[in-house]
Amino acid sequence: MKLLVCVSKTPDTTSKISFTADGTKFNDAGITFIMNPYDEWYALVRACELMEKNGGTVTLINVGGADNDQTIRKGLAIGATDAVRVDAEPKSALFIAKQIAEHAKSQDYDIVFCGKESIDYNGSEVGAMVAEFLDLPFISYASKLDVNGATATVERDIEGGVETLEVSGPFVLSAAKGMAEQRIPNMMGIMKAKSKPFAVVPAVAFPDLAVPVAYTMPKEKTGVKLVSPDDMEELVRLLHEEAKVI
Amino acid sequence: MDTGLQIGLETNPQSAIRNPKSEMVIVFAEATNGQLKKAAFEAVTYGAATAQLLGSQCVALTLGNVQNPGQLGIYGASKVFNVQGTAFGNFDSQVYASAIAQATEKLGALVVVLSHTSTGKSLLGRLAARLNAGSVPGAKSLPDVSGGGFKVTKGVYSGKAIATYEISSPIKLISLGGNEIPLKADGNEVAIETLEIAAPTSKVKVLSVKREDGIVPLPEATTVVSAGRGMKGPENWGIVEELAQVMGATTACSRPVADADWRPHHEHVGQTGVAIRPNLYIAIGISGAIQHLAGVNQSKVIVVINKDPEAPFFKAADYGVVGDLFEVVPKLTAAMRKLKQG
Ligand SMILES: Cc1cc2nc3c(=O)[nH]c(=O)nc-3n(C[C@H](O)[C@H](O)[C@H](O)COP(=O)(O)OP(=O)(O)OC[C@H]3O[C@@H](n4cnc5c(N)ncnc54)[C@H](O)[C@@H]3O)c2cc1C
Repeated sequence: MKLLVCVSKTPDTTSKISFTADGTKFNDAGITFIMNPYDEWYALVRACELMEKNGGTVTLINVGGADNDQTIRKGLAIGATDAVRVDAEPKSALFIAKQIAEHAKSQDYDIVFCGKESIDYNGSEVGAMVAEFLDLPFISYASKLDVNGATATVERDIEGGVETLEVSGPFVLSAAKGMAEQRIPNMMGIMKAKSKPFAVVPAVAFPDLAVPVAYTMPKEKTGVKLVSPDDMEELVRLLHEEAKVI
Repeated sequence: MDTGLQIGLETNPQSAIRNPKSEMVIVFAEATNGQLKKAAFEAVTYGAATAQLLGSQCVALTLGNVQNPGQLGIYGASKVFNVQGTAFGNFDSQVYASAIAQATEKLGALVVVLSHTSTGKSLLGRLAARLNAGSVPGAKSLPDVSGGGFKVTKGVYSGKAIATYEISSPIKLISLGGNEIPLKADGNEVAIETLEIAAPTSKVKVLSVKREDGIVPLPEATTVVSAGRGMKGPENWGIVEELAQVMGATTACSRPVADADWRPHHEHVGQTGVAIRPNLYIAIGISGAIQHLAGVNQSKVIVVINKDPEAPFFKAADYGVVGDLFEVVPKLTAAMRKLKQG
């Protein structure tokens, strides 16, 4: 099987978020960056499991600068066979997807994996875009994936339930919780990663059609109003009359 | 307390310089089992308000067999189009996106509005690639169209910040976040026009769909009662379900609770679960870890019930009760019941 996993670099889940004084750029001072958890725990690990079972390759692809190399090396240490970094500053989802599609279109991948969303921009868009550029089916929020020859069975999270789908031929999916368990790279993996093929390629020209131009912080909570545990009628009154939510 | 999106519907001074015909808004109205979703009514309300800002009109699009699509007129659609075809029986993003893109081009619409649901999220990116259009997933506000621009805000960093996106392409794509906009139902039903569009054949076969019937799915719920590890075990959930039932709320849970199979997987909210934005979120026996907050911090009002006054959740709460949930929750249920019985 020939598998492609799209990975991005995001601030750690516990990061305190701030922006430059003019509110136009993310302030990365003091931020620890990680591989986007959905890309790593679910997409990459499941792709590696399938390769280990069925043979083949797992290629990582990232669109970004050299500051992403550490994240990509981690992916190689977890088990990917090789990596491609498209050397460009990723400013918009469509630009990123275009770069991934440009790489993938001549490669005949069986499955292209993304995470269900990145935890910074929470866009959930790149997978669907890549699928459209490649004219392939797209299955979002996949929580289970089994491959049987040329046919794959996928469970997909939908509002309040699960859908089970069957797809033949190549497709793109976005991975959610349930697909796989997190893997911690071991020493041998880390050593091997150093000699795995890692290509840096130039980006193709493509415009940024939707970009963030300003950031603000949500209004702070004004402080919690405590209600006595013996007076739930008061809580109900507050929710009804003050907050007007019931 | 976040009072939510206000729709200011004053006439926009900029609309005069825009060409109304060329900025038609098209809303894809989602349905489940042929029933239009609340998210569809929200999207049409949003689309109509956007059209008003642009001085244009808003039309709605339904795909396949949908009951009473004409009711979308009540929420502001000036026309409702329907495309018939067996291809729409099950959702496949490739088939649906093709039909929506073709309808958009055929009608010459320049703003496309979807709902930010599992369906909408699968479509938005496809439409962006296909229509060569900038997109904003999970919009929080009506577009700012001043100065001929087009700016829309959305939550980023798992609700920790809000970003303003500028779209520069001729066609603009937006998926509207759930519960972001109060429904505005002051229009009239409209007639349905059929649109002839050839959809591609699906390469995906749906084997089964399992959905819990009779409950409002979490992303659409306006009231959510959620419980965590403080419940001690699955056998104790009766008091939570009873409270939810009295309030007409949907139940949710923290991640360890879903991981331990105390509750179904689809109830898990937070960073790795479902992100929700109800009007009221009641958290029972949940500590309020940052990854839990990431999925619920955009709720308009948060009530926390926890026996530990130091629980981090109190910092993110509007109302708090420090006490033993096993005593507090039944009392709260009784008080709610009293209110409902008026
Ligand atoms: C990368 C990552 C992603 C994560 N994603 C998520 C996510 O999506 N969603 C999520 O929920 N978590 C997530 N977590 C886990 C998160 O960090 C917390 O561990 C989890 O939210 C804790 O669940 P809890 O509040 O139910 O349990 P606990 O932290 O154990 O809290 C239980 C609470 O119940 C209270 N309590 C106990 N008994 C009573 C009683 N009788 N009456 C009243 N109160 C009582 C306690 O005071 C305590 O505050 C994630 C973690 C990581 C590292």
